[in-house]
Amino acid sequence: MTFWDMEFTAEAMPDLLSGLWVTVQATVMGYLIALTLGLLIAVVRRVRVLGALVHGVMEFIRTTPLVAQLVFVFLLAPSTVTAMTVGVVVLGVHYSAYTAEVYRSGIEGVAKGQWEAARALSLPASRTWGAIVLPQAIRKVIPALGNYLIAMFKDTPLLFAIGVAELLTQAQRIGSVSFRLVEAYTLVGFLFLAVSIPSAILIRRLERRYAAV
Amino acid sequence: MPPSDTPSTEAPQGVEGQPQIVFDQVVKRFGELTVLDRLDFAVEPGERVTLIGPSGSGKTTILRLLMTLEKVTEGHIHVAGEPFSHMRRGNHLVPANESYLRRRRRSIGMVFQQFNLFPNMTVRKNVIEAPVHVLGLSKDEADERAVELLELVGLGDKIDAHPTQLSGGQQQRVAIARALAMRPDILLLDEVTSALDPELVAGVLDVLRQVAESTDITMLCVTHEMGFARDVSHRVLMFDKGRIAEEGTPEQIFEDPREERTRSFLRSVLDNGF
Ligand SMILES: Nc1ncnc2c1ncn2[C@@H]1O[C@H](COP(=O)(O)OP(=O)(O)O)[C@@H](O)[C@H]1O
Ligand SMILES: [Mg+2]
Repeated sequence: MTFWDMEFTAEAMPDLLSGLWVTVQATVMGYLIALTLGLLIAVVRRVRVLGALVHGVMEFIRTTPLVAQLVFVFLLAPSTVTAMTVGVVVLGVHYSAYTAEVYRSGIEGVAKGQWEAARALSLPASRTWGAIVLPQAIRKVIPALGNYLIAMFKDTPLLFAIGVAELLTQAQRIGSVSFRLVEAYTLVGFLFLAVSIPSAILIRRLERRYAAV
Repeated sequence: MPPSDTPSTEAPQGVEGQPQIVFDQVVKRFGELTVLDRLDFAVEPGERVTLIGPSGSGKTTILRLLMTLEKVTEGHIHVAGEPFSHMRRGNHLVPANESYLRRRRRSIGMVFQQFNLFPNMTVRKNVIEAPVHVLGLSKDEADERAVELLELVGLGDKIDAHPTQLSGGQQQRVAIARALAMRPDILLLDEVTSALDPELVAGVLDVLRQVAESTDITMLCVTHEMGFARDVSHRVLMFDKGRIAEEGTPEQIFEDPREERTRSFLRSVLDNGF
């Protein structure tokens, strides 16, 4: 047996790449959900009663495993909803529990004087949040939010559990047909690295850019 | 007599003799700590009052109550003849709700010790934000007002700069322009030069002298700048432990204070090189 079978690699690549494409799509869509929902949650948490309720739900989401949430929602969802939709939504909602915390720390980091100046100018809440607090808060947490993009990307193989044809699922299928599981999984590893290393570098750059200002 | 280029310090007479601001038995407590103790005083429209007194005597709290950044514990505040800390419901007064406060505090502007400019906006945006989004001015009208006010504070050329590019003195002058852009009836100034390097203080005080001279805004000013206080204020209130220890014209208070507390306070201010 040769160390590396190029022929097998070439054969497996199209399916693996389509799996990677599904993985990237699920990550990006889930991330968009996590970014917007997390922001909404962070703001709502400042409202007394509603805030406590939302906080409870988020605690629950953070303390139960993502894969359990995926399977649970998948089994409950009507059969018309695709596994991909379930995967993206659950991934997004799960991570919004984390991004909400990130936004919250950003909001708390905005100086008290900013709120007071906004109040002294009688600005409506929409402007205080939209033009003053959130722009300053989000700017500070961009690097932290970026880290969650990579974390989510690395968690997408869990969609395997509900049969989404993402990268790991494809590798499993190819591997079991060709009896070359190890090679298939090795390729999966490389493909993940091929995406996550450049993303990480990009995020570090962003981090430096925003830290400088 | 003050020199001729300083504002007249003859006390103005209010419209129909009605005070602009009235504190009526105002108590403010933070937990167990009583910061203002059944405080009574009134300020006439157009009057400029300087609040002095040792640190912790409650001066900032008075301004913050007027800016609705704090709520009274007991007593009432009236502004322009109408309840301010409270609102009328039927025949009695109930604590003002948020929408009432939002409406009423528009006539009041405040400049803070730490400037509190919005760092994510240019100088122009800082100044036009409230005129556009609170008063409903068009962008052009607000812009015109911003240009005018920034000229007044000597920063016409900094209109497109960001606050972080400005010195403390310049930032504070922008903050003054921002407060004035709302055309307030009352301007609250809380130690506006305390955070500045000594060489930047005069520029800010000059701007405030000019504001005092060219407008009839009622001013409440907490400051350790006794020369400035003497030039612009009609009246000085000396605070101690949440009560007025002594009040009078700047001449009386600075040249012939009756109270030992006032004397020792003024001495300590001089010793500290303010
Ligand atoms: N938010 C607050 N919570 C608790 N104590 C406060 C608060 N704000 C002010 N104080 C206290 O109230 C007292 C008066 O404060 P302040 O009005 O700032 O005095 P001054 O401006 O005359 O120095 C001080 O003892 C201060 O520590
Ligand atoms: Mg103070």
